Amino acid sequence: MTARIVELRKGVLEKNDLLAAGLRAQFADADVRVSNWVSSPGTGKTALLELLLARAVERGIVAAALVGDCATDNDAQRLARSGAPVRQIVTEGMCHLEADMIGEHLSGWDLRALDLLVIENVGNLVCPSSYDLGEDVRVALLSVTEGEDKPVKYPQLFHSSDVVVVTKTDLAAAVEWDRDAALAAVAAVNPDATVVETSARTGAGIDDLLDLLSTRTPHLQEAP
Amino acid sequence: MHELSVAHAVVSTVVDALPSPPPRVLGIRVRVGELSGIVPRALEFAYDVAAQDTPLADAALVIEVSPVVIDCPACGPQQLASTHDFRCPVCGTPCGAVIGGKELEILDVTLDDTCVSEDMVEVSA
Repeated sequence: MTARIVELRKGVLEKNDLLAAGLRAQFADADVRVSNWVSSPGTGKTALLELLLARAVERGIVAAALVGDCATDNDAQRLARSGAPVRQIVTEGMCHLEADMIGEHLSGWDLRALDLLVIENVGNLVCPSSYDLGEDVRVALLSVTEGEDKPVKYPQLFHSSDVVVVTKTDLAAAVEWDRDAALAAVAAVNPDATVVETSARTGAGIDDLLDLLSTRTPHLQEAP
Repeated sequence: MHELSVAHAVVSTVVDALPSPPPRVLGIRVRVGELSGIVPRALEFAYDVAAQDTPLADAALVIEVSPVVIDCPACGPQQLASTHDFRCPVCGTPCGAVIGGKELEILDVTLDDTCVSEDMVEVSA
């Protein structure tokens, strides 16, 4: 028996990447800014998004959200109270969202009518970092209750993100949050990241975040 | 833990590239960057499951791990020793411009030459 080596040179996630490229083109064509929010469970993504959507409605920014969870539509119900269109993606146990799920759940929505689309990924700091969803901006969230060194413990995600949002800053004093150490940890894995500090309780940073996500960012990292 | 999804993608990508009837596949080589988010040991484990009952059932998986390489504005391409310290190892400048380490690709497949048709060679071209 003889063996022959045949070169293939194919990306393993090529199918997802192609679908994501199609979505990105569709989003650009409709002139809608899309962000993909990733964090561990319990960081406060939904509370922050609730406030962000309500603020968008107040300011006349047309925003919508897709929210991913392993089970239940609890988050979609919560977010729908803002008045913005919201759809739940139930992954039935899968630990991340993939581009085909986004495409399926957009059907029937007029993207041209939107200024901003937020995709809330499944709470997980590892797997979502491998899957491009066609977003303009990837947002990694970190709460002050989680520990300042999260970014260096999960470098793949924090490196691949354009924006790092610190949440629950109203609790910073109570948990003795070391802000400088956290900012240093972000800079160690992603020197180019934009950091926004927020509190869903006090509303701090919400307008800054809304401005950042609803206008086209001049610098965007290449998709992974 | 999305290595099982990735292992299925590896298997289906290779199977789709094989001519019909599929030749015997002896091995496949995959490059996994340190920033890809894939753990080689978990991928090896998941691959054995994903390859079952496919033309890759007997194909050995070889994983090549590629390190993180940054493009330092002052020093040019530099390999990093870790995935969580994006400073140039020579001059210490923080640098986020990554030119290597995100790979997740199938490099090549090794086929039993006695049953390779010319179709496969064209696929690889």
